[in-house]
Amino acid sequence: MKFAVIRFPGSNCDQDAFHSLRDDVGIDAEYVWHEEKSLQGFDGVFVPGGFSYGDYLRCGAMAARSPIMDEVRKFAHDGGPVIGACNGFQVLCEMGILPGALLLNAGERFLCKDVYLRAENRSSIWTRNVDKVLRLPIAHGEGRYVADEETIRRLNGEGLVAFRYVDELGERSDRANVNGSTDAIAGVINAAGNVIGMMPHPERATRAILGSTDGLAILAGLANVGVR
Amino acid sequence: MPTVRVTVTLKPSLLDSAGRTVAGALQKLSYDEVDEVRIGKTIELQLSSVDDARINEMCKRLLSNPVIENYSYEVIG
Repeated sequence: MKFAVIRFPGSNCDQDAFHSLRDDVGIDAEYVWHEEKSLQGFDGVFVPGGFSYGDYLRCGAMAARSPIMDEVRKFAHDGGPVIGACNGFQVLCEMGILPGALLLNAGERFLCKDVYLRAENRSSIWTRNVDKVLRLPIAHGEGRYVADEETIRRLNGEGLVAFRYVDELGERSDRANVNGSTDAIAGVINAAGNVIGMMPHPERATRAILGSTDGLAILAGLANVGVR
Repeated sequence: MPTVRVTVTLKPSLLDSAGRTVAGALQKLSYDEVDEVRIGKTIELQLSSVDDARINEMCKRLLSNPVIENYSYEVIG
């Protein structure tokens, strides 16, 4: 199995994703420049965090329209595993592959800290191995998840909320919802379950020396996904 | 060469946290009449020709995100 780690000008979690997949999870990975036009030979896609195109216009707006993302759209449509973390989540939302958008944190501040997450969906390839409250790092200024009421209702009703911000014990609270996301949504999944977007960084938590290995619960689930 | 000014604003239903901070700052400067501030952006396009369909397309495809923003535009010169 081999993952494409997409690189945009301004990506800065590309190496985290690459080494996490290859060295910690045991999935081969290769960087793919945003101007490339093919995902031939890849079995999964990681859209990494960072400040693609300097966050100009809107976070992820320009990256969402770059050539490789047309291929990512097709790949996702065909059922291939795709994960977007942080800026990668913003990119997937800007593309409309995932619903909603990410706005400036309710507290206005850039947040760089660990958060606790509860998996709300346990059936997707990304969430099926999550059997406890996860502690993962966040590092974002624009992570407040918003969508129109109907979309939020659908996400909740159809089990498409991947993760919510909770406290250490797995309970929701205003304090735990660090960026003021609607219904404390930290990550969402598409209806088919192959695409996930989340603000926290699983790829920065796959090795004890990094402070947490909880990201493995999300990424290691992939090792069982057959080569397409 | 015609100039088109596009104005992009956050949908009224969404909290504008940056605007809220600016409102607080104005109130601290004793502008007590300030109730709310909302921040948008203007984008000026120099175009070789004005075609409303194409301008709307640019606004919808890239300049604004219809999920969270509204846009309007005017030809200013």
